[in-house]
Amino acid sequence: MTPHAGIRHPDGTEASTSEVLLVEPSTLSPARRMATTVLRSRELSIFLVLVAVTVVATLKNESFLFSADGWRNFWVNPSLLLLLAVGQAVVVITRNVDLSVGSVMALTAYLTGRLFIDQPGLPIVAVFAICILAGAVLGLVNGMLVAYFNVPSLVITLGTLYIYRGIVLSWAGSDRINAGDLPSDFLALGNKAILTIPVLTIIAMAVLAAVGYYLYTARGGREFYAIGSDPDAAVLYGLNVRRRVLAAFVLSGALAGLVGVLYTARYGTVSSGVGSGIELQAVAAVVVGGVAIFGGSGTVWGAAIGAFLLVTINRALPSLGIEDFWQRAVVGVLILGAIVLDRLLANRQARKLAEAREMTT
Amino acid sequence: MNLHSNRATALAALVLSLSLLTACGSEDSGSDSGGESDGGGDVSLTMLPKNLGNPYFDTSTTGAEAAAEEVGATIEQVGPETGDDPAGQVPFINTVAQQGEDGLIVSANDPEAICDAIGEARDAGVKVVTFDSDTNPECRDLFINQATSEGIAAKQLELISEQIGGAGEIAILSAAANATNQNAWIEMMEAELESNPDYADIELVDTVYGDDQDQKSFDQTEALLQNHPDLKGIISPTTVGIAAAARYLSESEAKGKVMLTGLGTPNQMRPFVEDGTVEAFALWNPADLGSLAVYATAALVNGDITGEEGDTFEAGELGEFEVGPDGVVLLGEPFTFNADNIADFDF
Repeated sequence: MTPHAGIRHPDGTEASTSEVLLVEPSTLSPARRMATTVLRSRELSIFLVLVAVTVVATLKNESFLFSADGWRNFWVNPSLLLLLAVGQAVVVITRNVDLSVGSVMALTAYLTGRLFIDQPGLPIVAVFAICILAGAVLGLVNGMLVAYFNVPSLVITLGTLYIYRGIVLSWAGSDRINAGDLPSDFLALGNKAILTIPVLTIIAMAVLAAVGYYLYTARGGREFYAIGSDPDAAVLYGLNVRRRVLAAFVLSGALAGLVGVLYTARYGTVSSGVGSGIELQAVAAVVVGGVAIFGGSGTVWGAAIGAFLLVTINRALPSLGIEDFWQRAVVGVLILGAIVLDRLLANRQARKLAEAREMTT
Repeated sequence: MNLHSNRATALAALVLSLSLLTACGSEDSGSDSGGESDGGGDVSLTMLPKNLGNPYFDTSTTGAEAAAEEVGATIEQVGPETGDDPAGQVPFINTVAQQGEDGLIVSANDPEAICDAIGEARDAGVKVVTFDSDTNPECRDLFINQATSEGIAAKQLELISEQIGGAGEIAILSAAANATNQNAWIEMMEAELESNPDYADIELVDTVYGDDQDQKSFDQTEALLQNHPDLKGIISPTTVGIAAAARYLSESEAKGKVMLTGLGTPNQMRPFVEDGTVEAFALWNPADLGSLAVYATAALVNGDITGEEGDTFEAGELGEFEVGPDGVVLLGEPFTFNADNIADFDF
């Protein structure tokens, strides 16, 4: 006899554990539970789309994956967007958004070039550190404004998007960093590979793993989700909402700062227009990757796969002979599809919970 | 160039609103152009390139500034951040008209989209000279042509044909799909490839657009190589495009197998010529172009010429120039840069 005997559906059948507790304590073994979680996850479905796109493009043109350049580009091209998407995912999970990342990235990309030109002796590691720190400070500004002034982050970061871009514009003016201005060791970073995997990708994956592990296991990580699910409840529960929101923006800014350095290593030229519009790609990657735009659910793994998918689709579609316009349209369809799916799932969940509540009361 | 005052105004404007683009740059020129007429004072000119942060236009502006000093004019550079919006230059042109500047020197992002704004500026007494990329001839007073489209197209085909040994697949990496000068060159090259028996074995397989953005041009180069495994050469008639393509090629397995030429600046191309990615590329001297544009505009403002065919004017060290049909002034022939001479240039 189950411990909740006595609670019955209107038709007389007994209510299940999940309906009583609202959250089901699984009776499956941990391994099978993990398998079910993976199989049912949004991440898996977009991962399969990614695999499908890659397979089709490779069948059509095998150099897509199996040439030295193709293999490198497959890994390295999504790496920058992936890093931005990881930061963006954390911010979105707390029910915020960071639109300033493209401008932060432009600032640190130009800063990277200026450091190499003006301080020739500076080691590469120091340039990384300075730019990540600079990004974190810019993120901190975003976070302070959002956390302490109670203005929606959409408005705040739209404002800082223009302010940070304005700083780049007036600082760089019509100046530009050329490949010839940068040390060759640094430029080689953009191209170097360890066991055929580009260094840029390894950096991106390491960041992804660290952030993903923290969000999944650490108390602080879970608090991001709690805040995003219901900010008011999080405050009532005694969570330090401000500190967490601040941390999310600092992380996003620091990662954008890192992306600025990596961009310079990869592309070798920096002008004041670097990264304009990339913030929307980052948001798109996050949404396509199954992070709910109103916060509280989703994973950075999903956001990372989303970034991979967007970039890979953009690489694959031209080789399938599809026009530029339709490439953008495909991205649009993916975003709309992800949001519709999100709504449907959320509604179904809400309905289930409501039914369960009616039965227990 | 009064960058310092721009910095302050631009920042202030940014914080307030999105009207950055209209506010940036021109607010501090009221001191010398407060009235409608310029009774004998300095000639005030505004330089409006396709976009800022483009080394090609930086050099033309440097030349323009030097020439402005020669003729006793003040000159100021304003411009949009990116060159892919056909109407992006309109707010700047409106500002020039409202402030009653004497002359506007503009490289048009679109032959049509800025014509109305230019018309209003000319009604307000502004002399309008296009350089580098023209509008429709009836819109402006003069066009300073860096070289004829035929000359540029022929030069680039000559270079690529030499480099790929006269046979094989080639592709073009252009700027924006609606850039007047790019499209004129591309058309000429297509026509020349069709008609010239020397190029009978060369096939143009693709034309892609990098919008004069580093990253997009870089990615488009990658796509070209991926989609056309037999590609022998790439022509990029834009300084941003050729530098991005060179950067991609320099670290790709296609280095040395796919040839790259086009229009580039020596400073940007130097590492790639030195490491063997690029053999030779072409350009005119953009500083001379900017300089000639200023001399021509000053001649118009001072009433020395009216812009009629056959008018002649002096352009300092550049010599004497004559206005051709449709109000076009021609600078000269494109110049070829290669490993032997690239060290002599610094722009």
